[in-house]
Amino acid sequence: MTNPVAKVSFVRRHLLTCENLSAGEINALLDLADKAAENNRQINKKRDVLRGRTLINLFFEASTRTQSSFELAGKRLGADVMNMNVSTSSVQKGETLIDTAMTLNAMRPDILVVRHHAAGAVELLAQKVDCSVINAGDGAHQHPTQALLDVLTIRRAKGRIAGLTVAICGDILHSRVARSNINVLNTMGARVRIVAPSTLLPPAADRLGAEVFTCMNAGLEGADIVMMLRLQRERMQGSYVPSTREYFHFFGLDHEKLARAKPDALIMHPGPMNRGVEIASTIADHSRSVIRDQVEMGVAVRMAVLEAMARQLPNH
Amino acid sequence: MPKNGSPAQDATTFLNARLIDPATGKDEPGGLLVRDGVIADMGSHLRRNAPEHSKVVDCKGHVLCPGLIDMQVFTGEPGLEHRETLKTASHAAAAGGVTTIVVMPDTEPVIDQVALVDFIQRRARDNALVNVHVMAAMTRGLKGTEMTEIGLLKRAGAIAFSNGKSSVANARVMRNVLLYGKDHATLIVHHTEDPHLTEGSVMNAGEVATRLGLPGVHKAAETIVLERDVRLVELTGGRYHAATLSCAESLAVVRAAKAKGLPVTCGVSINHLTLNENDIGSYRTFLRLRPPLRCEEDRAAMVRGLAAGDIDVVVSSHDPQDADVKRHPFAEAADGAIGLETLLAAGLRLYHNDEIGLVALLRALTINPARLLGLPSGRLDKGAPADLILVDLGQPWVVDRALLRARSKNSPFDESRMQGRVLATMVAGHTVYQYAQADRD
Repeated sequence: MTNPVAKVSFVRRHLLTCENLSAGEINALLDLADKAAENNRQINKKRDVLRGRTLINLFFEASTRTQSSFELAGKRLGADVMNMNVSTSSVQKGETLIDTAMTLNAMRPDILVVRHHAAGAVELLAQKVDCSVINAGDGAHQHPTQALLDVLTIRRAKGRIAGLTVAICGDILHSRVARSNINVLNTMGARVRIVAPSTLLPPAADRLGAEVFTCMNAGLEGADIVMMLRLQRERMQGSYVPSTREYFHFFGLDHEKLARAKPDALIMHPGPMNRGVEIASTIADHSRSVIRDQVEMGVAVRMAVLEAMARQLPNH
Repeated sequence: MPKNGSPAQDATTFLNARLIDPATGKDEPGGLLVRDGVIADMGSHLRRNAPEHSKVVDCKGHVLCPGLIDMQVFTGEPGLEHRETLKTASHAAAAGGVTTIVVMPDTEPVIDQVALVDFIQRRARDNALVNVHVMAAMTRGLKGTEMTEIGLLKRAGAIAFSNGKSSVANARVMRNVLLYGKDHATLIVHHTEDPHLTEGSVMNAGEVATRLGLPGVHKAAETIVLERDVRLVELTGGRYHAATLSCAESLAVVRAAKAKGLPVTCGVSINHLTLNENDIGSYRTFLRLRPPLRCEEDRAAMVRGLAAGDIDVVVSSHDPQDADVKRHPFAEAADGAIGLETLLAAGLRLYHNDEIGLVALLRALTINPARLLGLPSGRLDKGAPADLILVDLGQPWVVDRALLRARSKNSPFDESRMQGRVLATMVAGHTVYQYAQADRD
């Protein structure tokens, strides 16, 4: 599965965006992640790559799966992992992001995993601290580990990424998952489509490196991968789409629409799913759904990223 | 309005200058005599010989022209003095060659009452180095619902009326302001951005915003309000000035209005002439502005509009914001950039790049705002106030925000290379700023 020609290692202090990742770097991370996935299926999952290191999960925005995925990844590599609980943190007391960052920095963590509701916030924070920073999602900007786990899932199921047609469907406008995936999939040689009602497409969507569709049937025609996105609850009632019912009718993934895709097309979703809104319940549990594999690969990819970054940490 | 102590009794002759009068378009070697705070004489006969009993300043061939008039300056006085006071703004102005500033009503409290106009004028008289005029609020609290006492405010000294950083969404209120303002021969200055389309946006809509994951606003938000306002001007005959436009589409609206003979003029901020959305780079909050920076095509269109005379006025849109509101993620930071001290130098970039002639640039910074506001300055004319600047067009320097005089340091030109700087600034014949080598370099 590994590609010996493009054997380039991942040498970076931070992982903030997918925009500048090379195919070589992505392959190197995916190869590492394959090994981690193997490791995670053993009885003894514990390794000591990060022994003595401190990893802080700093989540300004609620998250269950990404945070627990990073926590597990850190622990399996032997790091001390601390989760910053935002609801009780000083952010609520009016402290600025930069002051919070400086405070945490003084505690000398080795790696900060940060999620924030504002685009660019993680990069801003990375400029102010001494440790490595991993972007776990910043506003509608980027979510690099999600895109990496998605391409890992695709590579493991299809054996390749180049040449595949990937349809990303749903709320592209507000989606960092879509942006990161468009970057990574393009770099890896896939053909990317984005499918959404016009109100959920960002301005200049056609300039992102994807073909734009506003009709689900046309967008799914001949696709190898159908990647559904979550529609936030607050965007369902009238401001962007008229109703949940109407959205499901035109953009929800059901058997009829799925039939447009290739017979062996994979069904993906970054979670958490709204069953009956963007995806029919039966589709979510379909035999071609790799949604649970995505969660498993999430831990593996995060271990790979942490391991690669640990090599760059000082005093290694 | 002489500043700082005794009125100028003695005369000063500026010899060996390159005199530029944007009002007449004259650009020629000569000299200029200042007596009692006004321009007493000028011309080629004063190029080498000064009259007796006058002090002599050798301009060494540098440009001597009217001081700049900046009709959009935000300060923090009253209410937000930690950002800027009239005093600190005036020091920045003097160093930038700006001899008259019009301060905006967006303060705490809002300048919407006679007593507050009076307050600004007194504070300026006692503390400011340059001329300060008041742009009063046209609606109470800048809320866009009730008209202020436009007649009384004007009598108290308000030079024009504006709704500050916000647009009046209610067309009936806007119509009434234009209609009533006309009775008092006032100029109505309006910020043009549809509040509903603008809501939540932090930069120009387009590829850059989409890649950055930031909510953008379309240019239509500006043009929609401008088009409505032009219709209301047609209806009322009120004098209207669009404060800071940012895109080619808006210029087309202004051109059409002017062609119809409507009393419509417009301005642009120096930022929209010299920067574009790409300068935001990786979320530089000092480039978060209202209206937002647009694409390069729009910037170039604004410069062409300025050169063609479609745009009447260039402003700094000086808007001091402290670190406490700028050191945030882009989407959560405040809008605004300082600009008084870099206004001329940034403008000269356009001149040095052959994008615009020197006289056309200076016209929009001097005589045009003077005429709009009814000021006697902004020109080289016998009897006009001796508000003058001496400028070395070629001198290179690098902007260091720590050295800027404004109290807040949110300059979009930090670390930028500039060519051309003010050597001296005179207000009513008094030197309020003199460049000293040791200052910077």
